[in-house]
Amino acid sequence: MSAETPFALLANAASLPWSDVPEWPAADLVRATARELDRGARLCAWFGVPEHGAVRLVALLAFDADNTLAVGRSTPFTGSYPSLTVTHAQAQLFERELWEQHGVTPIGHPWLKPVRRTAAGAPANGEFFRVDGPEVHEVAVGPIHAGIIEPGHFRFQCAGEEVLHLEVALGYQHRGVETALAGGPHRATLSQMETVAGDTTVAHATAYATVLEALAGVEAPLRAQWLRAIALELERLANHTGDLGALANDVAFLPTSAACGKIRGDFLNLTALICGNRFGRGLVRPGGCRYDLEAERAAQLLQRLRVALRDTEQAAAWLWDAASVRSRFENVGTVFSAQATEIGLVGMAARACGLVRDVRYDHPAGWHRFAQVPVVVWPGGDVFARAKVRSLEIQRSGEFLCEQLAAPVEGEHSVESPPPAPDTLAVALVEGWRGEVCHVALTDAAGRFLRYKIIDPSFHNWTGMTLALRGTAISDFPICNKSFNLSYCGFDL
Amino acid sequence: MFVLDTLIHRLKRGCETMSYPQGPAPALPDRHGGALRVDAAKCADGCSACVPVCPTQAITRAPGQPVALDLGRCVFCAACVEACPPGAIVQTGDYRMAVRRREDLMLGPSGQEELRLAEALDGKLRRLFGRSLRLRQVSAGGCSACEADTNVLGTIGWDLGRFGIQFVASPRHADGLLITGPVTQNMELALSKAWAAVPEPKIVIAVGACAIAGGPFVGHAAVRNGAAAVVPVDLYIPGCPPHPLTILDGLLRLLGKLEEKRERVPGGAG
Ligand code: SF4
Ligand code: SF4
Repeated sequence: MSAETPFALLANAASLPWSDVPEWPAADLVRATARELDRGARLCAWFGVPEHGAVRLVALLAFDADNTLAVGRSTPFTGSYPSLTVTHAQAQLFERELWEQHGVTPIGHPWLKPVRRTAAGAPANGEFFRVDGPEVHEVAVGPIHAGIIEPGHFRFQCAGEEVLHLEVALGYQHRGVETALAGGPHRATLSQMETVAGDTTVAHATAYATVLEALAGVEAPLRAQWLRAIALELERLANHTGDLGALANDVAFLPTSAACGKIRGDFLNLTALICGNRFGRGLVRPGGCRYDLEAERAAQLLQRLRVALRDTEQAAAWLWDAASVRSRFENVGTVFSAQATEIGLVGMAARACGLVRDVRYDHPAGWHRFAQVPVVVWPGGDVFARAKVRSLEIQRSGEFLCEQLAAPVEGEHSVESPPPAPDTLAVALVEGWRGEVCHVALTDAAGRFLRYKIIDPSFHNWTGMTLALRGTAISDFPICNKSFNLSYCGFDL
Repeated sequence: MFVLDTLIHRLKRGCETMSYPQGPAPALPDRHGGALRVDAAKCADGCSACVPVCPTQAITRAPGQPVALDLGRCVFCAACVEACPPGAIVQTGDYRMAVRRREDLMLGPSGQEELRLAEALDGKLRRLFGRSLRLRQVSAGGCSACEADTNVLGTIGWDLGRFGIQFVASPRHADGLLITGPVTQNMELALSKAWAAVPEPKIVIAVGACAIAGGPFVGHAAVRNGAAAVVPVDLYIPGCPPHPLTILDGLLRLLGKLEEKRERVPGGAG
């Protein structure tokens, strides 16, 4: 399919001169993009690049089956263009964001409202889709939630217990990350990349470092790539384990909840063993890794990892053995696989709808070119499937880590990364624990960032969470939400 | 069958709560580094090698003045430690970092090489909260790591409940707020409302570099550079994120629980 595309092809973790990206008038870019999406491509990114008071659209597509990415752009324009969302729902948030950031209107967009901007002091004060009727009532939750978690607002339209429609109003966490990146990299950039979504530090830092390396035309040493792959799976283990525990807690199954809460910390401590920080801050640097994993440390890591994996296995076994848990998870919060494809779901949530969608497999870069983690797929799209995928991924990641730690790569763990090349576009996708983390950088004539676009998997997946709630009892909202466990700050940037 | 299995496994595992603070504190990871210490007296004349490497502009040196490091802004990346030729900035390995006043995190001049640890609440507040403290957590731009390492205190390993400290769902039921994140403009209204809803007398705890001074996002138009811009803060706990032990130490310190313990167990780890 990708062989006949008019878009410029590039591999994950690669760059190309900005002038090599084909350009069309905006309406033609929309048509060309629609055609590729119809042929099975997926929309990874759709964003604007400011140019002399006008804006250029950039479309980044993934041809998963062909293991390639493709990029195209529009000529600069102002005003409006025909909306892609009308025919392809996966573009809906991208087009709202584009409208919010650059003031160009996608004509025909069915629900053009802000993505992060506030109305009267808070995102929740904006307009919401409303259902009217005698039995219909509206429930508002947030921004501040009951637990220790990030803020966001949920607006439910319910008939009795049943949720007819859920709309999420985010933006509370907006810290101005992308704005600050213009003209970068700056002193604070790496710290900001590590905290775009604080539970996904390794994935975002790896994407950032990879983009910078691609722009500089260097590769991190193999040992650093190996170490990044190890840290990435530790991040996945910690989060998946924590989420299994949280799901257990939400259905009042306390043995697994108590155990997983503790084991999650054990996994975080393994990351801290490598770099001192439980979330992997300070580990990944452009050009490699800041710390090495010496033989003795690796041995200690492996030994503690085995214990934690055994504990997790046991805690998961209790969970899956309990009929009461299974019946609470099954057929709750279903996203059908056709819906998942339509809205462009990514990562673990997509795999729980039976879709084979995993950057480590579809677009291998870094160490994943040499060592594979099997893709875990489970059909069904319900809370059960998402919990099951997590549980199976814990096993796969654990096995991968044991293999990798037993066969370290020799060599340097860091090299100098030269400054970025001018007028160049680079892309990096990394399969974070939630799914596809996508970073796209475009440099100006001086080699500084003209535009830096970040797409956290949550950007694609919040829509999936809202669909999961349709027809579900509102009392099941906590387990549905937890089964996705999406990032607020990763979305809000 | 599985009920029995579950019970047996639980029994086998026994009590998994750490003995701290009666016993020794769990060890920090060796690469953690802990708090920083700044001996401005060791700085070479005119040297400011540490200043440009700091991601959060925590270090300043005015001409002719000693170097000044604001540990409230620090994300503990250790870049300054590596950049400092005479070793004027060093890691102490100390997990204790909570302070009551913002200026107690300013390091550098002689006599202020290290941070000045928090005093306990006194008088009425200590009587009211010392044995039972209910907190409402508000994340206002937090990246979810400060939240996670606060949350972890509720797990069986740390068991925050044994100190009478609990996180509650409503500010109306709370004695104070524990704030994370730089306070985004979009959360300012919600944070102010939550604070107003907490009955008097109340306390505010700022956890993490973001909530103290804006963290990695300091200076962005979209944030307020920390909680103190919106509400009065009673306890600052540095880190990015602070280690759970650092947060627990701060909470216990504020409630005077570490002093009580010292009275009971002379010479125990504090
Ligand atoms: S350790 Fe703290 S003070 Fe030193 S450079 Fe890093 S953030 Fe700045
Ligand atoms: S201080 Fe660091 S860990 Fe805490 S919220 Fe801010 S960026 Fe995240």
